[in-house]
Amino acid sequence: MPSLTLLGQSLISGLLTGGLYGLLALGLSLSWGLLRLVNLGHFALAFLGAYLTYQLGTVARLEPWVSVLLIVPLFFALGVGLHVVFVRFRVAEFASLLVTFGMTVIIESLIQWFWTADFRRYETAYASASTRIGPLFVPTLEFLACATAAVLALATWAWLRFTYVGKALRASAEDPAMAAAFGINHRRQAFLVSGVSAAYAGVAGAYIALISTLAPAQMWAWVGVVFAVVIIGGLANPIGALLAGLLIGVSESLTMAVVTPAWAPLVSFSVLILLLVARPGRV
Amino acid sequence: MSDRRRGVGIGPSDRRRGVGIGLLAVGLGLSALPAVGVPAFYESFLYLIFSWIALATSWSILSGYAGYFSFGHGAFFGTGMYTTATLAASFGVPFLATLPVAGILAALLAAGIGAVVFRVKHLRGELFGLLTLAITFVLATIVLNTRIDGGPGVYLLGVPIPRLVASPAGTIYLLGLALAVATVWTAYRVSCSRLGLGLFAIHDDEDVAEVKGVPTFRYKLVAFALSAGIAGVAGGIHAVYVSYVTVGETFSITVPLYVVLMSILGGARHWLGPAVGATIITASLYAFTRGESAIIGRAVVAFALILLILLLPEGVLPAVLRRWRAWRPPRAATDIATPTGPAIEVTAGPDGHRIPVKRPDPAALRCEDVWKAFGGIRALRGVSLSVESGEIVGLVGPNGSGKTTLINVISGHYAADRGRIALGDLALSGRPAHEIAGVGVSRTYQIPRPFGHLTVLENVAQAAMFGPDACPLHQARVEARGWLEFTGLGRRAAALPPELNLHERKFLELARALAARPRVILLDEVLSGLNTAEIASAIRLIQGIRESGTTILFVEHVMRAVLELSDRVVVLNEGEVIAAGTPREAMRDPHVVRVYLGKAHAA
Repeated sequence: MPSLTLLGQSLISGLLTGGLYGLLALGLSLSWGLLRLVNLGHFALAFLGAYLTYQLGTVARLEPWVSVLLIVPLFFALGVGLHVVFVRFRVAEFASLLVTFGMTVIIESLIQWFWTADFRRYETAYASASTRIGPLFVPTLEFLACATAAVLALATWAWLRFTYVGKALRASAEDPAMAAAFGINHRRQAFLVSGVSAAYAGVAGAYIALISTLAPAQMWAWVGVVFAVVIIGGLANPIGALLAGLLIGVSESLTMAVVTPAWAPLVSFSVLILLLVARPGRV
Repeated sequence: MSDRRRGVGIGPSDRRRGVGIGLLAVGLGLSALPAVGVPAFYESFLYLIFSWIALATSWSILSGYAGYFSFGHGAFFGTGMYTTATLAASFGVPFLATLPVAGILAALLAAGIGAVVFRVKHLRGELFGLLTLAITFVLATIVLNTRIDGGPGVYLLGVPIPRLVASPAGTIYLLGLALAVATVWTAYRVSCSRLGLGLFAIHDDEDVAEVKGVPTFRYKLVAFALSAGIAGVAGGIHAVYVSYVTVGETFSITVPLYVVLMSILGGARHWLGPAVGATIITASLYAFTRGESAIIGRAVVAFALILLILLLPEGVLPAVLRRWRAWRPPRAATDIATPTGPAIEVTAGPDGHRIPVKRPDPAALRCEDVWKAFGGIRALRGVSLSVESGEIVGLVGPNGSGKTTLINVISGHYAADRGRIALGDLALSGRPAHEIAGVGVSRTYQIPRPFGHLTVLENVAQAAMFGPDACPLHQARVEARGWLEFTGLGRRAAALPPELNLHERKFLELARALAARPRVILLDEVLSGLNTAEIASAIRLIQGIRESGTTILFVEHVMRAVLELSDRVVVLNEGEVIAAGTPREAMRDPHVVRVYLGKAHAA
């Protein structure tokens, strides 16, 4: 049995990793739940965001937060553009998965072409900064990522819950025909959701660039676990996505500490399978 | 239209023979290649195409036909790979002997997963997809962390490969070819079998399929196991082809994604579609990803894929077939006119309609003290009623009185909370819906629910095929045509249900219910939404049905029809029977008058 300090440390690192899972899951959950589009390209966009942050930081010497300010509107526009294609060709749920798969491969190829398949590391002064709480260390960047995820999740929740647009979106997701009959212009709001979702991918990407080492093929490593988080959290449920991210992050890191790192993937997917089989009605 | 009729075999045996001979010829032709002595490189390249054909085609048996998209094909492929790798490398089992084991283990794994997952009511498609993907990752973790692999991978270089031809590569080539041909043949046979028609019905509307007699749970399980078993054998062969098996390569996202892409690209609902898609993608990946332009090549392939899916969402093969059929002058109406088959006796029905004469014996339907609640709403509160053999009973009552719920409970769509329902001496309560359909209870839906991707004729043939007297497809089609004539839909046989108007859709519901040759038929507001003339013809039709010997329980609001048709009337209100008797008696019952018209204050 590992020491209490180790357990505490792995709890913290699990929570922080989980925050990043939640951040990635957030945008995916929105477009899947509200637009009925399964956007595999979300991961590609996040990595594109990561590489842009890396490029702007290392070549143009921009501070990461400046890069994020540039990336967010750009990605919002990309998301809107993507949805124009979906609307134009009336892409259905499964076809969307295939189209965005193609998109992911194209973006992966582009990244590989510009930045090669080599590992890239974005070195910053604060990369290793951390705060000490008693015997435990809280790495600053990971903490910021987790905090960003929490703020965005809460803001999105409030947006869906309290604003007209949010209510209209939820109504359209429930019954598009009926919502349209009550005067909801679903198309305009759909563009908004797609844009916001892509912008979230950009934000997540910036943190990925700051926290981890980049390689184009790495984007596939996130697919399984983040989809599990999206489903466990419940579609179009921002708080759920965040909590599910934390749950999976913690359960993975505790497994790593208590058993061995190799068994960690089993945890998240077992949670997912149990949940789906035991409570299929809730998703 | 005719493109959608593919699959569910058009001409019976001659076409099957044609496909069989075609496949055999292609197989034999290609199997001569190693003997001719082509460079090993081509053998290897063609083997890859065969392997993908087997994987994509086997995937479509469940996922294309029944619409349950599995992302777990990698798990079954991987099961096969590791079975062969472990047995051959560690236990010295001869390579060929490991292949059946690989297939069986993969099929058992799928059956186990299916037995748990398919019990979940209303499992949504995407959930099934992600669940199967999750299982792939779980399996990968287990294999990686146990003695099956343990981390370093398994080498099969020492495994002796039997020499069917001069070179080991040739042997692997032949095995891949044989598997691909056998898989395509299996997919074709399934597509024009009872199983296939059931799977197509599940794809369109699973609840209705079950009520129309399709044992949905069993069919999904069989299709899943069959599909996984083939993937397992493909994995076993592939293990020897790559000769070094690792978890990272085996359980990657490549297999599940590529089989989906190939099938969708080619046309997942067509037996040959996935093979076309597999060939296109494997060949173009090879052509574009050689050498230095590999990165750009991948992007080009991906872009082409996006374009194809946007422009040809139904798949390449169905799109090509449709264009070909439109361009080619129609073949002298042979496959449109009455299909060849054993002649059946017909007799003149009302309006000179012809009724297939093979009659079921009507049976009495009894409900005793039937209760059904939805949460706090008690929809049925101790309903008892009986319909004698050959009788027509009208079930009336205000909206929300429980009429449709009673029909749903009798047909097995909902299980009753309490009470007994029997057909003749046979207890119905507690049986799954497909068994109830199988013993001769058939129903219509108030809002017609035809299978949207099957033609009108196939919709009716499905019901005939899964009714109490199961019959082969070609006979079912002959009978279906008879019922279409009977209901006046003869000219619409080749149409798809979305092209029909409401009146025609209502009559299609009726034709489907009749085609099952039921002993009891439950009609749920067949007349609602029809105009006066259509109502008159429908009433004649229902009289014709009774004269041909079927017990009828019908729910109806059109009082003219209730009075004209019913031998007896049962009145429901708030889930209870409040009156029963001849139409005149029941309608004069003061309780009934109060329920329908309110209290008489002026009396």
